[in-house]
Amino acid sequence: MRKTLRFLIGNEPVEIEGCDPTLTVLDWLRLERRMTGSKEGCAEGDCGACTVVVGRLDHGRLRYEAINACIRFLPTLDGCQLLTVEHLKGGDGSLHPVQQAMVECHGSQCGFCTPGFVMSLLALRLNEAEPSIARIEDALAGNLCRCTGYEPIIAAGRRMDAISPREADPFLKQCETTAAKLATLQDGKTLALEGQGRRFYAPATVSALAELIAAHPQAALVAGATDVGLWVTKGMKQLDPVVYLGRIEGLRGVSDEGDHLRFGAMATLVDVRNALADLSPQLDELMRRFGGEQVRNAGTIGGNIANGSPIGDLPPALIALKATLVLAKSADGGEIERRTLPLESFFLDYRKQDRRPGEFVEAVSVPKLPSDALFNVSKVSKRFDEDISAVCGAFRLRRDANGFITETRLAYGGMAGIPKRAKAAEAALIGRPWDEEAVAAAIAALPQDFTPLDDMRASARYRLTVAGNLLRRFLIETTEQPARTRVAGLLAEAAHG
Amino acid sequence: MADARRKLDIAAEAGPVGGALAHDSAAKHVAGEAVYIDDIAAPDGLLHAYLGLSTVAHGRLLSLDLAAVRAAPGVVGVLTAADVPGVNDISSTHRQDEPLFATDRILFHGQPLFAVVAGTREQARHAATLAKAEYAEEAPLIDIAAARAAGGALVTDPLKLERGDIAAALAASPRRLKGSMAIGGQEHFYLESQVALAVPGEDEDMQVFVSTQHPSEVQHMVGAVLGAGSHAVTVEVRRMGGGFGGKETQANLFACVAALAARKLKRPVKLRPDRDDDMAITGKRHDFVCDYEVGFDEDGSIHAVDALYAARCGWNADLSGPVTDRALFHMDNCYFYPAVRARSEPLFTNTCSNTAFRGFGGPQGMVGAERFIEEVAFATGLDPLEVRKRNLYGGNSSTEGLGRDLTPYYQQVEDNIAGHVISELERRCDYQARRAAIREANAKSPVIKRGIALTPVKFGISFTATWFNQAGALVHVYKDGTVALNHGGTEMGQGLYIKVAQVVAQAFGLGLDAVKITATTTGKVPNTSATAASSGSDLNGMAALDACETIKRRLTEFAAKHWQERPEDIAFLPGRVRVGAREIAFRELIQAAYMARIQLSATGFYTTPKIHWDRKAGRGHPFYYFAYGAAAAEVAIDTLTGEYKVERVDILHDCGQSLNPAIDRGQIEGGFVQGMGWLTTEELVWDRKGRLWTRAPSTYKIPVASDRPRIFNVHLLENAPNREPTIHRSKAVGEPPLMLAISVLHALSDAVASVGDYRVCPRLDAPATPERVLDAVERVRAEAAS
Repeated sequence: MRKTLRFLIGNEPVEIEGCDPTLTVLDWLRLERRMTGSKEGCAEGDCGACTVVVGRLDHGRLRYEAINACIRFLPTLDGCQLLTVEHLKGGDGSLHPVQQAMVECHGSQCGFCTPGFVMSLLALRLNEAEPSIARIEDALAGNLCRCTGYEPIIAAGRRMDAISPREADPFLKQCETTAAKLATLQDGKTLALEGQGRRFYAPATVSALAELIAAHPQAALVAGATDVGLWVTKGMKQLDPVVYLGRIEGLRGVSDEGDHLRFGAMATLVDVRNALADLSPQLDELMRRFGGEQVRNAGTIGGNIANGSPIGDLPPALIALKATLVLAKSADGGEIERRTLPLESFFLDYRKQDRRPGEFVEAVSVPKLPSDALFNVSKVSKRFDEDISAVCGAFRLRRDANGFITETRLAYGGMAGIPKRAKAAEAALIGRPWDEEAVAAAIAALPQDFTPLDDMRASARYRLTVAGNLLRRFLIETTEQPARTRVAGLLAEAAHG
Repeated sequence: MADARRKLDIAAEAGPVGGALAHDSAAKHVAGEAVYIDDIAAPDGLLHAYLGLSTVAHGRLLSLDLAAVRAAPGVVGVLTAADVPGVNDISSTHRQDEPLFATDRILFHGQPLFAVVAGTREQARHAATLAKAEYAEEAPLIDIAAARAAGGALVTDPLKLERGDIAAALAASPRRLKGSMAIGGQEHFYLESQVALAVPGEDEDMQVFVSTQHPSEVQHMVGAVLGAGSHAVTVEVRRMGGGFGGKETQANLFACVAALAARKLKRPVKLRPDRDDDMAITGKRHDFVCDYEVGFDEDGSIHAVDALYAARCGWNADLSGPVTDRALFHMDNCYFYPAVRARSEPLFTNTCSNTAFRGFGGPQGMVGAERFIEEVAFATGLDPLEVRKRNLYGGNSSTEGLGRDLTPYYQQVEDNIAGHVISELERRCDYQARRAAIREANAKSPVIKRGIALTPVKFGISFTATWFNQAGALVHVYKDGTVALNHGGTEMGQGLYIKVAQVVAQAFGLGLDAVKITATTTGKVPNTSATAASSGSDLNGMAALDACETIKRRLTEFAAKHWQERPEDIAFLPGRVRVGAREIAFRELIQAAYMARIQLSATGFYTTPKIHWDRKAGRGHPFYYFAYGAAAAEVAIDTLTGEYKVERVDILHDCGQSLNPAIDRGQIEGGFVQGMGWLTTEELVWDRKGRLWTRAPSTYKIPVASDRPRIFNVHLLENAPNREPTIHRSKAVGEPPLMLAISVLHALSDAVASVGDYRVCPRLDAPATPERVLDAVERVRAEAAS
């Protein structure tokens, strides 16, 4: 056990003994460090005014990620580098190219969201050369601006590398030094902190995690904290103890196992996107639209599943893909006991999952699509980017040599208390050719599968209509050539040529 | 205003005015160095207040047990109405209908009941949840339909505008139609939520730092609540993290509670609500239902319009009177109605009290006007743009002895350039060819349908409350030739400070670096109006220039005497002063003037000329001038899901002779996107208990980067100086561009209409969420088939 939290702020090492387990990075910066450049706009990870950049070692390589400081707990920065808007100016007071570009392009008006945009653009610059407009939009989807209408900020994103080449960026030039500094902060010990009478544990290995959960079955397991953060900032919950999974490199991995992909529970949504994109461009697009960039950087596949949201955005696609879940727990003799179950069986009822005491989500296994399988996924939301689905539909279908449907999965989010398959609609498809009649039969069966809710995202009637129309879209997209069927995002751009 | 001509001449010289200069705080914004209220270094002994809110929307407060609140960790005080030494009311219209803390009647979900003060904000926020309130709950009136069903109680006097015999004109119209349109409200979503910091001083003094557009009103309110004179209260704001109207009256609550706590506990107190609470408590843009009847002929000419604009005003009057008035002032947009009757219905509801929001009712009025046009277009089979053109003010015909330039409120439209702006934009964006191409493409595209629309804007500039059209400024020239500038306008990102600084720098022939922009404070310029109604640079620019002219007059007299020249041979030129045949540095002149004991500081003052308004008669000249613009939007909709994308927007907007084209462009683009959000994805939803369901950005969706049109051609109208002698012939630009987004609503409607072969009017209401678009698609399909 180690009792000191260690990280870098800028290039300066910080050591903290005793820390409120759920003190947010933003409150620490603003209240304790008096670094007020990062702003609180919403305290729920939706507006990006608090965006900071975190550098962390990923299999020895330094990786920079924009995250929301308002819902990130300070102790989860152990072993990382924290960069804020205050770290950007040069020693001579000159503006960093990102800042200079924002000024030149008139990218700020009221200025309150500006530090967040600057940090999101910084992360983009550190990670990618010559980003396209679409990519800049993506990187900024988690940053709200109410004044400018975004045009000048996008222009700044296009301009920044022209002001000074990316290779000359001070943060990239220091990369190796920073990585070396961070390497000295890594150890195999469990970090154990206490503050405000509450406890925080960050184990470094799967077995230490299993033991901790066994010892504290009521512990709040924290992955990316993109939801748990809100339990604290909005629900004012006093979590104790908190067990953070982010230091366990073994849980971060994504691997190609031949016939399936294996995701460690702590694989971030960015990593998940990169792997799933190979299966289908629609999965790429689904993941592109998952939250904002800051949420995709912090959020994890395991967290998204274990959280058990009725919508979840990712589970419907994974269910359609026949994903299975690996749950692990500590067993006698220091062993790890594992069980595997189909993802759809994990979701029992609204916010209730089949997770037994002591268990945690260790990995997700996603079979690759057979070459003859048709696959389709759609997310429908009020706003196109950075919104939660009103309805998400993910479909997979196979036919025999005569063209009759032999196997299908129609999985939906937003239609019930859990992500769920439309079993009646699936049954209606079996044995039919894949055509309009089949779709009509499946649509007619949907009301047997779902009684959706009216809420602020959509009415029940709309949800049911769209759930059916997404099957129509599936048919058009898999049979007709080449009708344009999507209005926005990468798929629409691809269709435009 | 004897100097008006001379002031305007200045624009002909090279100088800061008219330059595309960056926002004065841009370099601080990007470095995180711009200080907002919550960033001010905490004064010693700072405490934090938090509000305790009602958890029902309507009823009586039977009891309020605050024992657990008092006992919570860190708590040092609890405040209720009983602790108010002055008046327990913060109604900006002095109707005594907005208690600071509720005592008996509960009128909306989230109404402040008490405040708790603690050592940290977290402690105060947690303690505020521990109150035990008992209510006798009553059924809340949530929306316009419910309010009408319950008798239609009004929060303020309605307005009626009437010109001509509406009944006769409708009866005589060759064709007539009736309809109804729902127009949604809008949350401001300023990125910086409400916040106030109160620091007590000696005697009854109270210094309040608050994010407000209206420091003088906060000053007055704090004085009234504390039972102190306004002279004891100083209110200061350097900048806001966005306002948009949401901090015109809505900051009063937070400032008054912070000041009350500071007074009682004799320590500095800060109050900053969580975003969710801010959204639940504070008012928003009014949602409206507009019921209309339009008389017209086969040529698409409108003969008569009768419209009733009902608004959800919420639990008190706030600014609902002038907001609903302004809706009526814009129910004509650019169009002449030979006979017209317009009525407002400002309804009481058990929801947050709706308030000012960029456009101030004007957008809703104008959305109605464009619906009338659309109805006539579908009824006659004409292109809506053609119907728009046929009904513009002006033209050569006259009706019943009236000119075609008379508004429903009897103001003549003297500066009409709508026709020019429309035809110019139509040409530049290739509207006709694109419209034809879209129709052709739609016929071949089964799922995705495109639409296009071009809509104009005419927006009246001036506060309709005539007395608000005044402004003051204070200008100091220091011995070293540098200048400190202060005026009554507030900076919320709109670039007011830089624009006024440009005016001042130009007046003295100085560079901007010689002019220090100082925080707005009631201690320097008193009795200011809210920075609102797009009037900021018109009013404060003129007031600041007036102060400069006073100083320059003294300097000119001095220089003439000192150097033995005629006053007319003294001129303030860029970077120097000409005194007869010699040229000297400004600094040199100032030093000489100081030694000669010339006063180098002056106040400035300005009142808008020409305006008057008789509300009872519904007649007058409420607007000094009009700002114009037009936008053409092209969209694509998905007829399976209702999803859409705004693909291209072309804008031509009238800023007069722009003081700063970069700032004005920012207002146009930003206003457009904000208006687009209002009309598309921004949907406010209350549950049946009257609790606001969309009270966070996770559920309330303002536009993000990818929502802006990828093709976005924005141009300022060239060679169009204001016909009135405004500051350097510029025009107000804060609000008008928001209404350019009405083009998006109509482009969506055009796309929807394609599924019924353009025969059925889609009657697409706002906000046009994907759900509403899909509903309209299905309805149009069904009607076209029947």
